[in-house]
Amino acid sequence: MKELTVERAGPLALVQDGGRFGVRHLGVTQGGAMDPVSMGWANWLLGNDPGAAALEISLGGLTLRAGADGWLALSGADLDARLDDEPLSRNAAFAIRAGQRLSFGHPVKGVRAYLAVAGGIAGSPTLGSLACVVREGLGGADGEGRALAQGDVIRWQGDTDSPRQLPNEIRMPLDMPPELALIQGAQSDYFAAASLFDAFNSDWQVDSRADRMGIRLRGPQLDCRLSGMVSEGIPLGAVQVPADGQPIVLMNDRQTVGGYPRLGALSPLACARLAQCAPGERVRMLPTTPERAREAWRRQLKCW
Amino acid sequence: MTPRIETVSMDSLIVRLFDHIDERHMPWLMAAERALRQALQEVLIDLVPSYTTLLVHIDATRLSLAEARRRVAAALEGLAPLEQAEGRHHIIPVWYDHSVGPELGRIAERAGIDCDELIRRHSGRDYCVFALGFAPGYGFMGLVEEALATPRLQTPRQRVPKGSVAIAERQTAVYPMRSPGGWNLIGRTAVELFDRDSDGYSLLRPGDRVRFEAVDRDTFVTAGGDPTPLEERAS
Repeated sequence: MKELTVERAGPLALVQDGGRFGVRHLGVTQGGAMDPVSMGWANWLLGNDPGAAALEISLGGLTLRAGADGWLALSGADLDARLDDEPLSRNAAFAIRAGQRLSFGHPVKGVRAYLAVAGGIAGSPTLGSLACVVREGLGGADGEGRALAQGDVIRWQGDTDSPRQLPNEIRMPLDMPPELALIQGAQSDYFAAASLFDAFNSDWQVDSRADRMGIRLRGPQLDCRLSGMVSEGIPLGAVQVPADGQPIVLMNDRQTVGGYPRLGALSPLACARLAQCAPGERVRMLPTTPERAREAWRRQLKCW
Repeated sequence: MTPRIETVSMDSLIVRLFDHIDERHMPWLMAAERALRQALQEVLIDLVPSYTTLLVHIDATRLSLAEARRRVAAALEGLAPLEQAEGRHHIIPVWYDHSVGPELGRIAERAGIDCDELIRRHSGRDYCVFALGFAPGYGFMGLVEEALATPRLQTPRQRVPKGSVAIAERQTAVYPMRSPGGWNLIGRTAVELFDRDSDGYSLLRPGDRVRFEAVDRDTFVTAGGDPTPLEERAS
């Protein structure tokens, strides 16, 4: 068994995988990597399944020390990652030797970096998944839903003799324009025509109130004539508009049911893109159809 | 019964059966849940019933949303309500006390009754589980009688202790684990609502029926309840 020990925890580092499914009717949220595309590539570089458990490191600040030689891969945000003092390339696999320190500094670009380990992080799945949801006390390496803390140990067993290189033509979510494909639906018919126009023709600014449950956007006030909705199940990426007219995109750790009107939902690729937007960044929403969103998603999955 | 089937995301549909909350809807909702699970099987990722609707999350790598819509519509043809007997009946013992249920007094005062009467009335009827959500194993139950209906707290608490029994508007619930929360607290139970090691994980399921039973402090503690008053926990 190979090990990485946490020397310094940083603001938020979590074990994540593709998410927890089949239990949402019990009130258990989906969880999983906020940017599954970047995590998928980090895993691909090591020959892992795209949903293999990896570390999601938000905003840097994490320092790990290797207990053994092994292969790792890094993707997603540029958090000034260094191996000892040498800067590491993003979107590449690298070897680490026992005793070496892997550290993350301040975010340079993007929000969430993914650190994959050969074969995926080891641990006993909770309700079918290692996805760590702090609010629910589920998942993570020890099953208790804890964010990484000083002294914690990440273990893995796998090895690789031929890490891959990212094909040149591949662009990561972080490198795409922040144009978020939205599938209109749910209560969108109840929004004022001017609000629907504004939704797709305005700049939206990512608010500082952004976490794994939801990301608020600031812009023109959207008016919906529906009030007093009965709570219903909420899909990933749902764009909900509470009474203040400012949308909230509901992400991986969202509550399973909710009672605010929704414009529709972002596509999975748009969610991955938004997960890398820092507060203050400007995004646009573009209308798409379920068919086009599905084609784009299937093209992504085919890469792996 | 002609359900509306609505697009809500790339890979999810909402099946809308009704437009308002009524416990007589639950047998229909449970019948739809069963029919959809049987019809969709391996292409179903998650199915979330809630009051009047079901969210159907399908595997977009296996089928298109248009195809899913056809299969959902076919599965719901000729839908008939499930018998009430399908749901289970639970007795949940509650220690109703000011120290663990600080809003007991407020609700009683609004209703113009004393606390003993409030406890008698809250525990004096069966509640229907309409939906699970908010947290793992958190069941939205109702309806609480009109006189006891109380709006949520203006400022939600950062930490509501595990097992807290609460009222919001005409609904009642038990917090399965410590979490933030804005409902009015009236007591505490030692019953485990969510146990990852038990079969099925959640004590409650939509369509179940629940009756609360008032117990004293000793009974609550003997059953494994934590009697720490709310104020001490909050600090």
